[in-house]
Amino acid sequence: MKLQAASRLAIYAVLELSIDPERQLSAAEIGDKFGVSTHHLSKVLHTLGRAGLVRSVRGAGGGYVFSGSTKRTTLLNVIELFEAVGSPEPGTDGREADTAEGTALATVLGEIDELTRATLNSITLSTMHKLTRHGERQDRRD
Amino acid sequence: MVPDYHIANPKQLEQSKAMTQTPAPVAIRKAEKGDLDQIIALDEHITGINKHDYIHDLFERYGARRPEQRFFYVASPLEEPGGRVTGFVIGEVRAWEFGSEPCGWVFAISVDPDAREDGIGAALLDRISESFVQVGVQRLRTMTSRNNHLLMSFFRSRGMMAGPYLQLEKDLT
Repeated sequence: MKLQAASRLAIYAVLELSIDPERQLSAAEIGDKFGVSTHHLSKVLHTLGRAGLVRSVRGAGGGYVFSGSTKRTTLLNVIELFEAVGSPEPGTDGREADTAEGTALATVLGEIDELTRATLNSITLSTMHKLTRHGERQDRRD
Repeated sequence: MVPDYHIANPKQLEQSKAMTQTPAPVAIRKAEKGDLDQIIALDEHITGINKHDYIHDLFERYGARRPEQRFFYVASPLEEPGGRVTGFVIGEVRAWEFGSEPCGWVFAISVDPDAREDGIGAALLDRISESFVQVGVQRLRTMTSRNNHLLMSFFRSRGMMAGPYLQLEKDLT
């Protein structure tokens, strides 16, 4: 499965900010870690802010803080702010959708979509942090 | 004789172990016949279905028989270790089903909704996992409805990831 760039940046941003909800980070600081432009990241952070996941902090130093819940926010919650997860709605594929073949294909793709959504909706930011920490420990051992 | 089961994927086992180091805030013990009324009530509270006969049968099969391979644990508050049941877990070692090497299956785990997010579920899962390891099993498996986001999230938070099997089904009518 491929995620759009904005979705990936959003996931990285909320993960980085939610490590310590008291810590303020600028778009530049986050962008620096993941090698992405501040311009792209700022747009992503703006969308995350409108969703209540991050909050911008004014004043000297500025930046963003995490304002959501790591135990209740899932990867699906973040991704769906930027893209639809799953196949297009029935009827949007033109004449092929009205054929038996089109219906059969839609059934198979629908099965994949349901699995994808269930997987993404079962992984919270808290669980992602655990996965990340485990990966870091593995890297140190190697 | 306890069979000697091999580790199929050591890396995934390490990952799961690393994510499950949590102290148990509750008392975990083997289920007893006197717990069944509370277990039935707890299950009915969560599912809306009274499964009196089913749970009594489960206790006969998993609480009283083949104790080296079947496990039925309950959780109680630390201050009342023999009293109020706040959760339970049931599982067993299954070998060679669907071509799978022996592994520990958890097929029921419940925590009182009023006592959630206190580490009870984690403690129950850790306890049954220890039992599986003690009898030589190195892999934990379970199955959940993909619509049960709460349970899926819980298992994932304990280091479980999708396994190599897919549950398939069809209507027979």
